[in-house]
Amino acid sequence: MLQILTPRGELVGDRPVDLDDAADLYGEMVFARTYDRKGVALQKQGRIATYAPFEGQEAAQIGTAITLEPGDWMVPSYREPAAMWMHGYPMELVLATRRGTEMGGSPPASVRVLPPSIPVGSHMLHAVGLAWAERLQGTDRVAITYFGDGATSEGDFHEAMNFAGVFKAGCVFVCQNNGWAISLPRAEQTAAETIAAKAVGYGMPGVLVDGNDVFAVLAATSAAVARARAGEGPTLIEALTYRMGPHSTTDDPKRYRTDDELAEWRERDPLERLRRYLEAEGSWTPEWQAELEREGSARVERAVELAEQIQPFTAGETFDAMFAELPDSLLGQRAMAEEL
Amino acid sequence: MATLTIAQALNQALDAALTDLDDVLVMGEDIGRTGGVFRITDGLRDRHGPQRVVDTPLAESGIVGVGLGLALAGIRPVMELQFMGFSYPAFDQIISHVSRMRHRSRHRFTAPLVIRMPYGGGIGAAEHHSESTEALYAHIPGLKVVVPSRPGDAAGLLRAAIEDPDPVIFLEPIRLYRSVKEELPDLASVPLGSAAVERHGTDITLIAWGAMMKETREAAEKLAASGISAEVVDVRSLAPLDITTIAASVSKTGRAVVIHEAPRTAGLGAEIIAQLQEHCAYDLEAPVKRVTGWDTVVPLKMSEQHYTPSLERILAATTEVLES
Ligand SMILES: Cc1ncc(C[n+]2csc(CCOP(=O)(O)OP(=O)(O)O)c2C)c(N)n1
Repeated sequence: MLQILTPRGELVGDRPVDLDDAADLYGEMVFARTYDRKGVALQKQGRIATYAPFEGQEAAQIGTAITLEPGDWMVPSYREPAAMWMHGYPMELVLATRRGTEMGGSPPASVRVLPPSIPVGSHMLHAVGLAWAERLQGTDRVAITYFGDGATSEGDFHEAMNFAGVFKAGCVFVCQNNGWAISLPRAEQTAAETIAAKAVGYGMPGVLVDGNDVFAVLAATSAAVARARAGEGPTLIEALTYRMGPHSTTDDPKRYRTDDELAEWRERDPLERLRRYLEAEGSWTPEWQAELEREGSARVERAVELAEQIQPFTAGETFDAMFAELPDSLLGQRAMAEEL
Repeated sequence: MATLTIAQALNQALDAALTDLDDVLVMGEDIGRTGGVFRITDGLRDRHGPQRVVDTPLAESGIVGVGLGLALAGIRPVMELQFMGFSYPAFDQIISHVSRMRHRSRHRFTAPLVIRMPYGGGIGAAEHHSESTEALYAHIPGLKVVVPSRPGDAAGLLRAAIEDPDPVIFLEPIRLYRSVKEELPDLASVPLGSAAVERHGTDITLIAWGAMMKETREAAEKLAASGISAEVVDVRSLAPLDITTIAASVSKTGRAVVIHEAPRTAGLGAEIIAQLQEHCAYDLEAPVKRVTGWDTVVPLKMSEQHYTPSLERILAATTEVLES
């Protein structure tokens, strides 16, 4: 397993970025956590619908998304808001989707991020098609796609890996293996020793990285993106991580996992290890931490305000995004819906 | 002017689309080197190269899901699934993603793609090779579903489907691939969403599509021979349904029979009859009848004739409607 920073914050490999950039990464991770905790709170207040927390997975998301360039494609699932906004997706739109309107699914034209996929596993194929299309069109754009360990049991995961291998699609598959698929532990999801090992069967490299080590994640993803950009094909990255909270705001993890397990993973917190490192390097102070949290809170609050201003579509507008041009049959139904 | 079969017309339409439109890519299982199970893509790989006529791995969900990705990035994929009975592994991609991409992104991401699939029985094929479950697709919001029954429409609808900015399910009647010939003046596009009144009459309207047009045409001939003037409507577009054309015909004749090969329950016959109730109930002089396949698995070759609506069943239903 690739590790550059130990849980105690000691450097055991080559740091992939300079100290200033490392501090920026830390800032993004603090911001992600601030957002995530706010998400849980908003759900409790009934201001957003079901929320899928990602506390613990900040390094896996920030460390991968930061390696992309603006024209690259991102195909997320539902647990990657941090990756999405790192790639330009407006935070208020992420929140708007959570509030329950498709208006959140439409980022600005320059932001190449698909709306997050809810059916597990199926979206990875789209990343393969996107990456292949870019190659056909002579660009070096790549596509990155995110999914959990549970998703690797779905048939579409295998079809996506297989197509990507055959067509040498510039696609980076990022499995955020957070240990659980709702209540099913990884060990009952697959008999394979690692998920990264599955890459072999599809003719691509599989890389196991410490997903709570943002340096390791960044190094592995940079290499995979460079490989994809150079036309050398896809890579599967397994970022070994853990979700500290429930699967979603509707479930109770106490039913399936122990406090000991949780405590063990707390020790490996991605934020804490980078903090320790930065502190040792003289780049972290409690004042800075407080400032990051204050700024982060304000930024999230602004996004929430904007999200709450986004109006849902009307009965009639429900029809307007079904087709480029509405057929007569739908025009009739539209009129009926508007009358009510 | 060339006289072409449906299979030849489709091949020419694909060839023309690959020639005229740089962004078209034809993909599917065995469609390159062999030209597909029914040879619809015959010769295209040689003419347009393996980059544009692509043999894919054997994985329907993969084909459609990757095709959607291609479409999202500006390529127009025309996918072939070998038989309708093998489209079900791709059903999830079609319903969960292809059909709703535009809606869930409020037009920001769209899926201009075509999924072609041979459908229907009558050739004594193996198990899973004779399905006509078009209602499954016509039921899904966000999809267009078309079925040609003659070469001109096959070419014209395919061209329109390829140029359409939304996803189109393109059903090809296996039984008619090589049995209907027609002169094609040119490969003009035929608008999606339009039914065709293919024969004019005054006593009764026969409504059908795809492979069942064969028996329906024969029925109209037989009826004509006994002095009954049947109007024949080829529905052609199952979604959206051109109820205006269908209802106008039924209003005129006052009587109708809907004929489809698909299972009876929740088939499109039920939908068409419901819409006739909404549009022209007061013009009806008799209840509308359906002649359909049964709610059974399509039997294999030796018993298949029990399943597919026959000329006799159509004539019997027509007589009942005319007499009531
Ligand atoms: C096709 C499909 N089946 C079931 C579900 C319900 N479901 C939502 S999340 C989930 C578990 C996914 O686990 P994993 O892939 O490990 O991702 P994680 O949620 O842990 O990030 C399930 C079963 C779904 N969304 N899609």
